[in-house]
Amino acid sequence: MEYMLVYLEPAEDFAQREDPVAGPQRMAAWGAYMGAMGAAGVMRGGNALQPPHTATTVRQRDGKRLVQDGPFADTREHLGGYVIIDVPTLDDALVWASRAPCNATGATQVIPVADMTGKMPRQ
Amino acid sequence: MSDPRPPRTAGAASPPSGWQAAERAARESYGRLVALLAWRWRDLAAAEDALADAFAAALGRWPRDGVPASPEAWLMTAAKRRLLEAARHARVAQDPGVAALFELEPFAPDGAGFPDRRLALLFVCAHPALAENVRAPLMLQAVLGLDAATIAAAFLVSPAAMAQRLVRAKARIRDCGLRFDEPEAAELPARLDAVLDAIYAAYTIGSNDAALGPEAGLAEPLSGLRDEALYLGRLVAALQPDSAEAAALLALMRYCEARRPARFDDRGRFVPLAAQDPASWDRAALEEAEQLLRRAAQRRAPGVFQLEAAIQSAHCQRAFGGATPWAAIATLYATLAEHHPGIGVRIGRAVAQAEAGDVAAGLATLAALPEAAVRAHQPYWVALAHLRRMQGQPKAADDALRRAIGLTEDPRLREHLARQAAQLSR
Repeated sequence: MEYMLVYLEPAEDFAQREDPVAGPQRMAAWGAYMGAMGAAGVMRGGNALQPPHTATTVRQRDGKRLVQDGPFADTREHLGGYVIIDVPTLDDALVWASRAPCNATGATQVIPVADMTGKMPRQ
Repeated sequence: MSDPRPPRTAGAASPPSGWQAAERAARESYGRLVALLAWRWRDLAAAEDALADAFAAALGRWPRDGVPASPEAWLMTAAKRRLLEAARHARVAQDPGVAALFELEPFAPDGAGFPDRRLALLFVCAHPALAENVRAPLMLQAVLGLDAATIAAAFLVSPAAMAQRLVRAKARIRDCGLRFDEPEAAELPARLDAVLDAIYAAYTIGSNDAALGPEAGLAEPLSGLRDEALYLGRLVAALQPDSAEAAALLALMRYCEARRPARFDDRGRFVPLAAQDPASWDRAALEEAEQLLRRAAQRRAPGVFQLEAAIQSAHCQRAFGGATPWAAIATLYATLAEHHPGIGVRIGRAVAQAEAGDVAAGLATLAALPEAAVRAHQPYWVALAHLRRMQGQPKAADDALRRAIGLTEDPRLREHLARQAAQLSR
């Protein structure tokens, strides 16, 4: 079963990425975490994302296109990255989520990937 | 405005409010009341519901009318009435459980003669008909009244899934008609082992510091899980005074408790066992553990928990002026592995072998573990890094350390391992 682990981080965590001391330490922790998922053979893919201020949001309301700088929601925690893992059960996915380095300051959300086989119209 | 409450029977200076009295009654007698109701009614879920209603009624009434002379009797009567109402409503008044409830003996005001059915309740919670992964959670809920969300966080399971697991287990108890009686003498040892295993599972899970939250602001219900497991361990040791394993399990938990204060220094940094100052261990806990282990050994019935406790006793010898007897620890682990060939036991054995001087033997013990079982098992990678370092293989040690760091949940432990990695590369 595939699960998406969504890493949510507060603004301070994004700022830390640029810190000369804390930055490399953080990267080492994330590198070890991703490496462990790779070595365990559960990782199906994923990415780190640039800070929320680099995002651009597009929507359409009343027939008008709206384009906005920044992420769509005004929340304290922002999407810092994600992975897709393949593990037998939700319990296993929670174990991997519990090891994410962002949990002490942010959070990790675990969402099962929907199986759309047979639900999409044929091309 | 004058206080409408009647004078209290027990003579404390400031009488507790209804809330406090209800909470105290909840802590002290929840398990007793659930056990007695479930034993009579043979339906754990119904007993819990009725008791929850009784507690809610108490919280509404006691602050207004005063705390009754025997809070337990009051709660029991209210819960009993609730169960009977539900039974009448469901037209099952012919149920033998209903008849049994009518005969329920009244309480003596001081609680004397109050039948303690908690051991029977523990045996039902650890019944072989129930899945192993629900036994410890069920005990924590049935005997101590912990809610599903708290238990779910401790066991790292989604709250919805844990609630469902508990509901299913209770339905199974009712539908299979599991008896709320103590097992026959012949099956007692195996059933008792299942109870002790579940208590130890709750204790080790409660000992996971990451599950407790940051040291400063512990999430309260979780910080209590260790205490709850210790409480259950004490309860079983008291109710089964002839069981060597019950005493040994309590000894094992007390050894671990004794060393807990030394696990982090005053700056919140993790301190591994070898670097801990024995003077910072809890002497009273240590002495209680030694006494319990002696009591267990006198029964001449060695078991898994007695071996585990003996290993912890050996680790604590520094407190009594000795060096850590690594060769003896390796032998104890080897014996334990014969009975209980779990991953953790074999990793412990590997480290003891290496510390006793035979690093190659330790590495061989680690190499014999199945790859699939250790792939994502953090303690294995910590041990492998340690042994590689002892062997003078800094590169291999570093690789293992990085795996360990990626598998670590507690940020303080992660930092500790990162410091080790920095020392290696120096």
